[in-house]
Amino acid sequence: MTTKVIAGNTVDVNEEGFLTNPNEWNKEIAAELAKEEGIDALTESHWTVIDFCRTSAADSGKAPTLRAITSGSGVSTKDLFKLFPKGPAKKVAKISGLGKPEGCV
Amino acid sequence: MKKIVILGAGTAGTMVANRFSKMLDLNQWQVTLVDEDPIHYYQAGYIFMPFGMQDEKGIVKPKKKYIPSSMNLVQATIKSIEPENNRVSLDNGTTLDYDYLIVATGCDIYPEETPGLAEHEWGKSIHTFYNLEGAKKLQQKLQTWQGGRLVVNVVENPIKCPVAPMEFLMLADYWFTKRGMRDKVELVYATPLPGAFTKPIASKMIGDLLDKKNIKVESEFYVERAEPDAKKIVSYDEREVDYDLLVSIPVNKGADVVGEAGLGDDLNFAYVNKHTFLSDKFDNIFVLGDAANVPTSKAGSVAHYSIDLFGENFERYINGKELVPEFDGHANCFVESGYGKGVLIDFNYEQQPLPGTFPIPGIGPFQLLKNTRINHLGKLSFQWMYWNILMRGLHIPLPANMVMAGKKQVTVN
Repeated sequence: MTTKVIAGNTVDVNEEGFLTNPNEWNKEIAAELAKEEGIDALTESHWTVIDFCRTSAADSGKAPTLRAITSGSGVSTKDLFKLFPKGPAKKVAKISGLGKPEGCV
Repeated sequence: MKKIVILGAGTAGTMVANRFSKMLDLNQWQVTLVDEDPIHYYQAGYIFMPFGMQDEKGIVKPKKKYIPSSMNLVQATIKSIEPENNRVSLDNGTTLDYDYLIVATGCDIYPEETPGLAEHEWGKSIHTFYNLEGAKKLQQKLQTWQGGRLVVNVVENPIKCPVAPMEFLMLADYWFTKRGMRDKVELVYATPLPGAFTKPIASKMIGDLLDKKNIKVESEFYVERAEPDAKKIVSYDEREVDYDLLVSIPVNKGADVVGEAGLGDDLNFAYVNKHTFLSDKFDNIFVLGDAANVPTSKAGSVAHYSIDLFGENFERYINGKELVPEFDGHANCFVESGYGKGVLIDFNYEQQPLPGTFPIPGIGPFQLLKNTRINHLGKLSFQWMYWNILMRGLHIPLPANMVMAGKKQVTVN
């Protein structure tokens, strides 16, 4: 595990740059991570999704699935792909300071 | 007389019934099981069927053969669960009252959830091996298939046995090679996950398995629809993957009655405490096996380990004691890789798969995260163990929770 300075905050990250402690996350970090993922500015729609994911993960201990995001945030899957191109589940999880979606191996 | 109703007489339901028959005084407890299907399927055998490596006889047995004769097995469809009234209604007009309800209704595939999948090409150029009928049909298809682009697509996670899609591809590589037509077949794995292997140590140890077998991976592919006439699947971000033969792992969902009773999530998997399996909503409902929304694999091994601990816990609970949050999410899975070899993985909620030996530390005979012949033999012998030990309620002398002894820590750079 390594540390990284994001938006002036020193945080723990894994080898792919995902925060390992969701409590170290803040909105400035989100904006910075979004830029790394090719999203220049986080709009209100982005925040709707991020806020939902943060709340859901605080409750369940894991980043929500795309289906859960769609039904919980009211943003359609199609729109999720427009907001967070090429792999929204992974991108949202990263920007929201949550773990990467993963399989068993 | 107190009443327990067990919904589902598959892997989890059968194991828990056998456990209860040894544990409870059946003069004081009446146990009733409900299942609409009289057949018990050894589902781990489906993976071999398309390649003619498994006959139907070995994976299909009557359910009642494995249910203790002191218990009543009712063959009926569950109409509704009414947790507020401690009652289950069946489609044959019967209602069953219970003191404790065990939900073991598993999960099933729903190809109709994805447009284009279960339409006119279903069973023709679009197949699945996630049920007996599908596995048999795919076997017939492969017998006459002339080659082309074979795409395995996982529609959405979670799925039953998460390694099965990769096992299918590796067995396909082996089978087509044996038939002398591997050069005519392109193998592609389209998955919504960021890769075939997502855990750092497994990726390091066996991450090149698919590469070596020339199986291409299309990652973060979240399918929106199949276009059966154009023979392509299209993702939400408009990526297209062409196929000649599509092997789909459709959306997996829990039973509708679980959702309708308000016990489940968006996919009808029931919310439970992941260490005790007690429902989050009702203190006399437990959910075991694939039906539960717990962050580990949906697999028979998980059901087996969890029921070992659940049995002890349930005994405490009915005697007025607190449940002990014991179960750690322990799973182990033999991953068939073709050419008579396999990889064994052992993990839990917290610990990713590590290399080492299993079950005896330092000895084995099985080798974790290594591709060996003995691991393959382990998978084959498991079928006998399933029918003759697990489903008979006999004890396997293995710890239910995962043990670190015999595992090696690996650093990933």
